[in-house]
Amino acid sequence: MKQIKILGSGCAKCKRLAEYAELAAKELGQPYELAKITDITQIMGFSVMSTPALVIDGQVKSVGKSLSVAEIKVLLA
Amino acid sequence: METYLADRQNTHVEPQATRSPRIRVLLGILGLSVWVLVYQHLAEAAHWLTYTVMGLAFGSHLAAATEFFLFEVPKVLLLLVLVVFGVGVIRSFFTPERTRAMLAGRRESVGNVLAALLGVVTPFCSCSAVPLFIGFVTAGVPLGVTFSFLIAAPLVNEVALVLLWGLFGWKVAALYLGTGLAIAMVAGWIIGRLKLERWVEPWVYAVQGGPTVETGAITWGDRGQAGVDAVREIVGKVWPYVILGIAVGAGIHGWVPEGFLASFMGKDAWWSVPAAVLLGVPMYANAAGIIPIVQALLEKGAALGTVLAFMMAVIGLSLPEAVILRKVLTMRLILVFFGVVAVGIVIVGYVFNLVIPTGVIHP
Repeated sequence: MKQIKILGSGCAKCKRLAEYAELAAKELGQPYELAKITDITQIMGFSVMSTPALVIDGQVKSVGKSLSVAEIKVLLA
Repeated sequence: METYLADRQNTHVEPQATRSPRIRVLLGILGLSVWVLVYQHLAEAAHWLTYTVMGLAFGSHLAAATEFFLFEVPKVLLLLVLVVFGVGVIRSFFTPERTRAMLAGRRESVGNVLAALLGVVTPFCSCSAVPLFIGFVTAGVPLGVTFSFLIAAPLVNEVALVLLWGLFGWKVAALYLGTGLAIAMVAGWIIGRLKLERWVEPWVYAVQGGPTVETGAITWGDRGQAGVDAVREIVGKVWPYVILGIAVGAGIHGWVPEGFLASFMGKDAWWSVPAAVLLGVPMYANAAGIIPIVQALLEKGAALGTVLAFMMAVIGLSLPEAVILRKVLTMRLILVFFGVVAVGIVIVGYVFNLVIPTGVIHP
């Protein structure tokens, strides 16, 4: 079970990243749990200064970017 | 652009990664040659379309406006694609994390100067202003230095800089860059001197950050891709505003009489600079859309300082940014921040109007 977290205040890029992350996990057939973190204190807990950020199993994988589905697949694999 | 947009809808296939680096370099060179070729023939094409294809009467308002529009739209869009690509590549060398590390614990003054410079080249989106602000101040970047960064990032806009260069020459672009940086440095320094830490929302300083995120190594291929991504994202977003801005500019160009604006936007109208700033602060437009209007205003006799002050107020200070920053700053601090920067812009406007003789700048 992959724990996927999307950090961001709800901007357009954050929504897209969440959508693509879900798609990527589904295409890989990977069981996952996705959470959108919008609370700024929690976001700062990951030391992230540019949103959206992608966190997989507690590790920050990318910051300030909206990744493509293909890129997320690589990070999930 | 077309192909980039297509890629976005079609993210399941991997469009770029399969191409070899050599093919990408070749594509880049080919693209640049086409760019130069097209750019050099824009004036003729616009002239031909206006008078031969559409058959508009020479010297009419409509023809003047149409030719202006047909020339400026492709020109500005072409400049924009090239500049945004270049900036995307340059920005891949800077991250907010690295910038913060360079600024943490810096003395003021030196810190203000460095922060303003880094504000120009570090990737920054106003939607990330809050985490960035917290990340800076909790890591020991002084408040005034943080403000120098936050002021410079939107105020000195790379798109505005290059469009000014393309439309008015390097002198105007250099004046904009120099004064924009000066405002960010001095305004940040003043806010630091005022010791306003108590006006930051108290919970901000209690936030605990984890260890800094390590990002992987970046190749030149990644940097090129960063440029392409920037074009896709920024040009894809601003092009309607560019066209709208040019349409307004074309209207001014075609119908407003020569010298019409000199009486109330000229340098003899002392109140025009503060009025332009007051008008500009609540307005929010991106740099690409505002420049064609700037060009048309200048052409009709508005003074350079007045117009630049208006432009800086529009792109540097905006209500949406104030709303976003309200999460971490008290209202009083936001007012001080906007007030100090607005006064700086007014001073710059007056200085320009004093120093630049009328008629030096021909758009």
